[in-house]
Amino acid sequence: MAARTLGALAAVVLLAAPPLLPKYPLEILISILFYAYLGLAWNILGGFAGQFSFGHAAFFGIGAYTSTLLLLRAGVSPWLGMLAGGALAAAFGLFAGYLSFRYGLRGPYFSLVTLAFAEMLRVVSVNAKVVGASLGLVIPTGAPAPSLFVFAGKLPYYYVILAMTVLALLINGGIARGRLGYALIAVRENEDAAEAAGVNALGGKLAAMVLSSFLTALGGTFYAQYFAYIDPTITFGPAISIQGLLPAIVGGAGTVLGPLLGSFVLTPISELTRAGLRGRAGADIMLYGLVLMLVISFLPQGLMGWWRVVRRPGR
Amino acid sequence: MSGLLFQAVVSGLLLGGVYGLVASGLTLIFGVLRIINFAHGAVMMLGMYASYWLWVWLGVDPYLSVLLTAPAFFVLGMGIQRVVIEPNRAAAEHNQLLLTLGLALFLENLALVLWQGDFRTLRVPYANASFVIGDALVEVSRLVAAGGAVLIALALFVFLRRTDVGKAIRALAEEREGAMLVGIDVARIRAVAFGIGSACVAVAGALITPFFYIAPDVGESFNIMAFVVVVLGGMGNFIGALVGGLIVGLAESLGAALLPGSLKQLVVFVIFVLVLLFRPEGLFGGARGR
Repeated sequence: MAARTLGALAAVVLLAAPPLLPKYPLEILISILFYAYLGLAWNILGGFAGQFSFGHAAFFGIGAYTSTLLLLRAGVSPWLGMLAGGALAAAFGLFAGYLSFRYGLRGPYFSLVTLAFAEMLRVVSVNAKVVGASLGLVIPTGAPAPSLFVFAGKLPYYYVILAMTVLALLINGGIARGRLGYALIAVRENEDAAEAAGVNALGGKLAAMVLSSFLTALGGTFYAQYFAYIDPTITFGPAISIQGLLPAIVGGAGTVLGPLLGSFVLTPISELTRAGLRGRAGADIMLYGLVLMLVISFLPQGLMGWWRVVRRPGR
Repeated sequence: MSGLLFQAVVSGLLLGGVYGLVASGLTLIFGVLRIINFAHGAVMMLGMYASYWLWVWLGVDPYLSVLLTAPAFFVLGMGIQRVVIEPNRAAAEHNQLLLTLGLALFLENLALVLWQGDFRTLRVPYANASFVIGDALVEVSRLVAAGGAVLIALALFVFLRRTDVGKAIRALAEEREGAMLVGIDVARIRAVAFGIGSACVAVAGALITPFFYIAPDVGESFNIMAFVVVVLGGMGNFIGALVGGLIVGLAESLGAALLPGSLKQLVVFVIFVLVLLFRPEGLFGGARGR
């Protein structure tokens, strides 16, 4: 009961408070939700299914580039482009996932192959003039046009990413409570045993891949519209893959609330140190690396795992 | 063979020798510890800075500097293993991978904080020495780097075959419980393996400083290249790493000669994905990938 009250309270605060916030805290809140969203998307594949993707940048970039190119070349609204990007990313995820899982790639080998796919897309987009090559693409943000995903001020973007995060939370919650979740967790814990018990491991992992890549691509479109600029390194580089999976790891991979919690802890640390140590390039990421090592060493199950132990000592 | 291609083959083989040494260290660490060390490139970067500062402050030639940096990085590697990785032996595979990733982020950005991001070059007097074979121009510094790298990797191979410590390392890579049963101090051997791997990559870094820029993120591309080489040669397979290094160097160099822009990297990644999918145990066998 207490948890439900707390959740309702948090929801009210997240809905009602932002209009009262100054610009900078609002920007941080948008960042928190953005990385929470990416973490939730990654969590479906990396957390529940235990398939440790190191290349979600591939899907993120496909989303960002698809909606942006459709907008720039054909005048298609990013709201539609977002869905197109999601579909394309899901198709790519299905392709990459089918190849990897079909040939039985597991553990670090799967991580490496996803990393390689993302890097291939990065190298291609750096060299392809059609997609702006290494100069990247600028998204026009003249007059506010809600139908074109362009708003005045930060607040509307906040509500967009809030809605996306709620959607991702609901999908994660649905998976955790449903058949798919049980199948994925069984596969994660012991794939051979799960298959022996009649779980369709390949089907389950591919379903997780499709959902995860689709949602990640929507995040790419959000990024493009919010920052109004994308380039191959930002969208396909390893950094976005890492920043997307860390909230889930720190919060607790394979839990519904973990990625959200992880981002609420991790993102302010990174944003505030970046602001505080502006004169020292790299200091913020250095701290980030240190936090990562400490979390893995002392909270291997993430914050959610730690909370479970605290709440029920002796278990 | 046209001049351009011959030049590409020569350059590729020279670069491949260095890849081979970088990958030898990585494959040794993988073989013994069963973790993919994402911090390998960051350690290489530190090795390059170590040689750079020894040159700037004390005028030590980069080739001589390895006499200092190799032992220093052996100790550093053992320290990293003892303090950061060993306490997490029991952690899940992906957590160990993230641990080395955290270490890489930490080291790379530590270098950025300490020495800023500008590219540095170490201008030795013999930097431009070169000679011609057939149609190809061979820079002496690149030849020394490749030759030195291959020699060190082969010396390491002999060390692993002939000495007690080397045999213990191989035993541990082969069969952990068996190694413990015959009384091998596995924790110590793991630290030694990480130390040797780190020393290897630091030496590789030193060998390329006469012709390669130095910057905090210089290790990243070598890191990914080393992953490719290690997978190609078979994870944990030592000679495979050397041959794989030559293949990748050649592929990259030929890609650069035949493809526009930086598409050369695409060739390497395509090879990488194909090997991962169809022969994850590597071209020459190694730890099983599936």
